[in-house]
Amino acid sequence: MSDTPILEVKDLSVEFFVDGEWIAAAQGVNYTVNRGEVLAIVGESGSGKTQTSMSLLGLLPSNGRATGSALLDGKELIGLTGAPMRKIRGKEIAVIFQEPMTALNPVYTIGFQIVETLRSHFDLTPQAAKARAIELLTMVEIPDPARRFNSFPHQLSGGQRQRAMIAQALACEPKLLIADEPTTALDVTVQAEILKLMRDLRTRIDCGIVLITHDMGVVADMADRMIVMKDGQVVEHGGTVEVFAAPADPYTQRLLSAVPYFGNPNNDYEMPLVDLEAPAVVVAKDLVLKYPKRGKQPEFTAVDGVSFEISAGEVLGLVGESGSGKTTIGRSLVGLQPVSGGSLTVGGIEMRGAKTRTLKPLREKVGFVFQDPGSSLNPRLPIGESIGEPLYLHQKLRGKELSTRVEKLLDDVQLARGFRNRYPHELSGGQRQRVGIARALALEPDLLIADEPTSALDVSVQEKVLGLFHELQKLHGFACLFISHDLGVVEQLTQRIAVMHLGRLVEIGPRDQVAHDPQDPYTKRLVAAVPVPDPVEQRWRREERDRLIEQEGVS
Amino acid sequence: MTNDLHPVDRPADHLENAIELKEVMGLSQGQIVRRRFLHHRGAIVGLIVLALVILLAYSSVGFSFLGLDVPGWWRWTITDLPDIVNSGDPSTVGGVIPWGIHPFGQDDVGHDVFAMVMKGTQTSIMVMIVVGVVAMVIGIVVGAISGYYRGWTDQALMRITDLFLTFPVIVVGAVLGKRFNEAPPWILAVVLGAILWMTLARLVRGEFLALREREFVDAARVSGARPARIIFKHILPNAMGVIIVQTTLLMSSAVLLETALSFLGFGINPPNVSLGWLVSNYQSAFSARPWLFWWPGLIIIILALCINFIGDGLRDAFDPRQKKVPSAKAMAKADSNAAAQTTPMFQRIVGFGRSKRGSSK
Repeated sequence: MSDTPILEVKDLSVEFFVDGEWIAAAQGVNYTVNRGEVLAIVGESGSGKTQTSMSLLGLLPSNGRATGSALLDGKELIGLTGAPMRKIRGKEIAVIFQEPMTALNPVYTIGFQIVETLRSHFDLTPQAAKARAIELLTMVEIPDPARRFNSFPHQLSGGQRQRAMIAQALACEPKLLIADEPTTALDVTVQAEILKLMRDLRTRIDCGIVLITHDMGVVADMADRMIVMKDGQVVEHGGTVEVFAAPADPYTQRLLSAVPYFGNPNNDYEMPLVDLEAPAVVVAKDLVLKYPKRGKQPEFTAVDGVSFEISAGEVLGLVGESGSGKTTIGRSLVGLQPVSGGSLTVGGIEMRGAKTRTLKPLREKVGFVFQDPGSSLNPRLPIGESIGEPLYLHQKLRGKELSTRVEKLLDDVQLARGFRNRYPHELSGGQRQRVGIARALALEPDLLIADEPTSALDVSVQEKVLGLFHELQKLHGFACLFISHDLGVVEQLTQRIAVMHLGRLVEIGPRDQVAHDPQDPYTKRLVAAVPVPDPVEQRWRREERDRLIEQEGVS
Repeated sequence: MTNDLHPVDRPADHLENAIELKEVMGLSQGQIVRRRFLHHRGAIVGLIVLALVILLAYSSVGFSFLGLDVPGWWRWTITDLPDIVNSGDPSTVGGVIPWGIHPFGQDDVGHDVFAMVMKGTQTSIMVMIVVGVVAMVIGIVVGAISGYYRGWTDQALMRITDLFLTFPVIVVGAVLGKRFNEAPPWILAVVLGAILWMTLARLVRGEFLALREREFVDAARVSGARPARIIFKHILPNAMGVIIVQTTLLMSSAVLLETALSFLGFGINPPNVSLGWLVSNYQSAFSARPWLFWWPGLIIIILALCINFIGDGLRDAFDPRQKKVPSAKAMAKADSNAAAQTTPMFQRIVGFGRSKRGSSK
């Protein structure tokens, strides 16, 4: 690691022109990146972390501008346009984007896209470029690279796509690599693999990496130094180990304490005792859920032979990676997904072959909190109307009565009563999700299904929503199925955890047992892949994980 | 985390999307669309010109509505046959005063062309609106039902739509127009509407297919809403953008279609007057009295252009991703304004976040 900085950012500001005024998205940002070093820029949405990095490449939207200075190896980047800027993009600075499916062009093979990058910067023959591209694909550990060269993005898995994009980014041996949330769209086990790859690569290629992320676990795993941004300003700057050990700024302290620490749950949330004698609210026995054949797509079994029970007042966490069938189970509990086999009773109603009329009483007993608060509220309805809809339909409340109840619900989720006349687009993500919870609780249900209720939220907002959720659960005593891909979040709130893998329930048990002493090999891998927000502990966990994978590979 | 469950107004709540929200703070969805529309110069000019044309057409020669005759301020009506003055030349042409006794001239028997053109404009506007409404209603119903229910309902309705799409509109319009030749013009308009709804139905269906997968529709279903309520209360308002835009475009093409049919002699015929009929009636006099042709042609162009500009403005207003690229002048102005201010801009705008932090220190 040499000490000459490869990138020197001085007093960088980014502004946007909105409504006749310049509004600062970031102000006076200073940092340096050295060769072979990983600098993490951490912050919540709207903190300006992505815009400051995109301004280095001149990739701001048309109403944005950057001022200040950014020197790449002594060359000024701010204000550079046209051909000189194009020479830098891809060659000197490369970017790994968040979502590989949208960042790769779906109509070209990944090989073509890597060759294109190579040939636009170097004078290479097609054969030489292809050879180099295959070399790159080998470097990022894509299996069978010569064949994968001709694969289209949709033919690869999410992790392989992200590997292909890393190969493309590294094609011209850039001096600086900007990784914008490189693992946010991936499952934890895949995330762990990609992070491992990036760690291996940085020792081999001699470039500086700027890692933009909101995930403290990823920072702890990867970064040498970190800066914390809030509202467009750098509030903390230092070595990763030091910042995690002793954060100086109050915002950093708050941020770190808000991150769920897997294996070490926040004990503020004491779990209410579950009355095991009480009749179960949900009984699933050999449950099978299928998506019917549509056109040329064959029938797909999303959930195969799953059995579990949820007692009254119990919070059951359901974890699994994308495609494991966990959301499908949640949808079947409210009748949004028909039951194809086995049996499922919710609140005493058999869901198999249920008709619209038989489901009517169920609607009053079950509430549903959706994943994306932006999409689950009708953009054309004021939120008071959205919250009041179940009351309007079931209890036939009108006028004054209805508005009193809506106000009561807004109080419950700690939103000002004036919010009832606002529209969803005027609210922040956390406020929208509180509205979603208020709607789900409107009829005082016995069972609440929360489908990834916090995965679209920032950590500090997530902490508030989880806290609110816990309060409400204690107050109303509803049973809950808490679906999430984030083991850290599930561990905070639940008494028991169920783990899904490829449509099957591989493990179900008390929280601490699943978290600390998993039995199933898949659960073991899943638990080992969760990064924790502590660089020292995370290094230890990483070595443990490598050992585990080696063992499995041998056995 | 406060543990009491009492109402708290939290203005200091961290708004992560503060910058995007600034432009739409405190506005309903409809207000945002209206504001964007009013900022669209072309659309506003189109709207004003269209309003003036409508006002002129209806006030000048008067109209009858539900048996009620409203006289106009113009001195001639379409049935008057005054003496031919100045060999029928328009009195505006070459005259000093821009308005004369026959501003648009006279035809060979002496009819005042201004009165005729105004009456024809009334017909065209009426046809435009009736076609728009009829096609919109059929299109929404067919599109909404097939998009929401999918399955065999969708199949059946879409095959019917395909069938209608195979009809050559001009030919069908001509045949039906001939059949309803003597009837009042609104009947032709209804007939035209009934064969012009297919594009709209397709678009509405597509929109419904996309919207029904959104989570707020699931949320309504979980709340126990019936299909009718989901369709009309939840999905339709969200599809309104597409519908309004497509309908305006349809209306401008309806004006042209009616003109074409009447020109061919299949649309509106005497005693009713339409712009197309006027054009066809005077085509023989093209070399001798070209003005007979120019005036109705001009009005047709104005009508179609205005409607298209309005449609364009609406399309932009309903597109949430549409961002106007700021002009260099506006940016420079904002700069000099900011320089004049003593407070740094950042504090004023993102101030709520910072002042909170500042006060805690």
